[in-house]
Amino acid sequence: MKKKLLTKYLILTLLCIIPLSLLRANAAQAFTAQVIQQGAVGDDVIELQARLNYIGFYHGKIDGVFGWGTYWALRNFQYEFGLPIDGIAGPATKAKLVKSTKYDYKNPPTAAGGNTAKTTGTNAAKPTASNTPKGFSQNDIRLMANAVHGESRGEPYIGQVAVAAVILNRVNSSSFPNTVSGVIFEPGAFTAVADGQIWLTPNETAKKAVMDAINGWDPTGEALYYFNPDTATSAWIWGRPQIKRIGKHIFCK
Amino acid sequence: MIRGILIGILALGVAGTAYWGYQEHQEKNAVLLNAENNYQRAFHNLAYRVDLLHDKIGTTLAMNSKTSLSPSLIEVWRLTSQAHSDVGQLPLTLLPFNKTEEFLANIGNFSYQTAVRDLEKEPLSDEEYETLKTLYKQSGDIQGELRKVQSMVLKNNLRWMDVELALASGKEQTDNTIIDGFKTVEKTVTGYEESDQGATFSNLQIKDENYKNIKGKTISRNEAIKIARKYMKFDGNADVKVTENGKGSDFGFYSVAVQNKKTGQEANMDITKKAGHPLFFINNRDIKKQVVSLNEASNKAKAFLTDTGFKNMELFESSQYDNIGVFNFVTNDNGVRIYPESIKVQVALDNGDIIGMSAEEYFKTFQTTRNIEKPSISLEAAKSKINPNLKVMEDRQAIIVNDLNKEVLCYEFLGTIGNDTYRIFINAKDGAEEEVEKMKNPEETYDGVL
Repeated sequence: MKKKLLTKYLILTLLCIIPLSLLRANAAQAFTAQVIQQGAVGDDVIELQARLNYIGFYHGKIDGVFGWGTYWALRNFQYEFGLPIDGIAGPATKAKLVKSTKYDYKNPPTAAGGNTAKTTGTNAAKPTASNTPKGFSQNDIRLMANAVHGESRGEPYIGQVAVAAVILNRVNSSSFPNTVSGVIFEPGAFTAVADGQIWLTPNETAKKAVMDAINGWDPTGEALYYFNPDTATSAWIWGRPQIKRIGKHIFCK
Repeated sequence: MIRGILIGILALGVAGTAYWGYQEHQEKNAVLLNAENNYQRAFHNLAYRVDLLHDKIGTTLAMNSKTSLSPSLIEVWRLTSQAHSDVGQLPLTLLPFNKTEEFLANIGNFSYQTAVRDLEKEPLSDEEYETLKTLYKQSGDIQGELRKVQSMVLKNNLRWMDVELALASGKEQTDNTIIDGFKTVEKTVTGYEESDQGATFSNLQIKDENYKNIKGKTISRNEAIKIARKYMKFDGNADVKVTENGKGSDFGFYSVAVQNKKTGQEANMDITKKAGHPLFFINNRDIKKQVVSLNEASNKAKAFLTDTGFKNMELFESSQYDNIGVFNFVTNDNGVRIYPESIKVQVALDNGDIIGMSAEEYFKTFQTTRNIEKPSISLEAAKSKINPNLKVMEDRQAIIVNDLNKEVLCYEFLGTIGNDTYRIFINAKDGAEEEVEKMKNPEETYDGVL
């Protein structure tokens, strides 16, 4: 009885999948309508890189992120094919690319090293890299997100950006260590580090807040310290010049 | 019989608990000792390095030949940076110890800048020599204080864990030799007026102009709301709250918080009191699937800046992070890019809304009438100064802030070596290589991270 049900389900799901995959195969039109410029991430970039690679302009990894390598490759292509050289893949450039190169939609390249057959049946290409702000690795960002989440997860979004900004202000300050990890793990600097809350898994909000802070948003007015007035025990921290209050925290210099 | 068994079980239980407790106790002690040893190492390292530092500055004073002076100054620089990192490992965050750290950083900056300079061409000035002498004396004072603390710690077997506990509990009144010792060090350093440290120190402060170039009327709260409305486009349905800056801020600003009554979603913005310039705004919301391309979003960001009155802004960097586009704009003054005047704009890629802006840097350096000098060397001459391996792809003129915190006019070259892209700035007056920057390549994502 159970087996029968199972097979039924299997057939049903298969029936559902087949038309989907057919659709995919049929949708073999080049690129989407978007104009692709430096910094973009996604399927179109994978196609762009693959096509430029096919024609010998691009030699980097096909990772789905429009970085400098892709930029110069595209410009060289535009130069060779007599197009306006702007490093932006607009309609004319894309049309020329489609005409002069091939791209296998059913079996898009992956940067992971070719094992396309092994990956799930749909074969959807996915970016295998991401943009990271200058001077920070993804792991730095993750570590900061951990600290921000542990320190301020109950705070409004701007309060979380503010905590991340304080970490960065400390890195840049001559009175504190010069690295993200040095600042975060400085003994006694953050309660979340002392009580282990830093090792909670950070949510998306914390990560986004960290990215905002790294990208240059500082809601604190260059604060180096913050404290919760309800729980702060040190008299010294009250003596710091206070810049502003965000959520439960007072930010000071 | 049953009684006997019960007693037996209980006795076993007691013995077991005692054993377990003993184990736990041992483990706890081991961990505590480990933490204590880490603190001890950092502290004794610090004392040792300040010793060395003092000696090294002393020897530098006696040197005359340029060839030995540079390495010696570099050694000073290395020691300060190590001492600085030792301080960072001690549980002193809640103790006012900033001045000492700043002092170390200042020695570091001074020795670095004099070490990298070509001392053949530009030897140490009398003023700098005086500075060095003062630093020698001051580092000697700090050395003395630290040694005093160190000997107390060693003699009385003082533990850093107690310091940490004392600091954490906020009972600073308790007699604690280590805390008192460090307070004395800090006091000693605070006594050094900036003027003792020579003229060169004044421009080593981190650039913080406090918006001194902003001119204009002081705005009222209501005007602040009006300005916020212009940028964030909220309607009458929103709850608006305006707060003033705290007393400790170097300049006046209003913080405007806008909350949508229906969704509870909040947006925040800071506006300077003088002239009502926007410093930043953030509108946090969930962003759905990407519909708008990065290119379209960059056009929207540009239009937003034009609409809000920023002139001559040129896009110079764009990046997509998940479903957000972040764009960096700089002023372009008749073909000269002014990098310090930068504004960042965030666009949601689900509907193209502007969801953030940061203009702090822009207003810190903004000058209404900026006099841009003509370059005194030609583009070709500047090109000859760069590494011949670089394949130059683009060039332009630009103003950047250099290592000495001065604005300089440069030729900017963008080019490649192999698969890497570099941005190189050559001073347009004397041909010095002001900055070489390797551009970031996309970073491979590893499973489970982000």
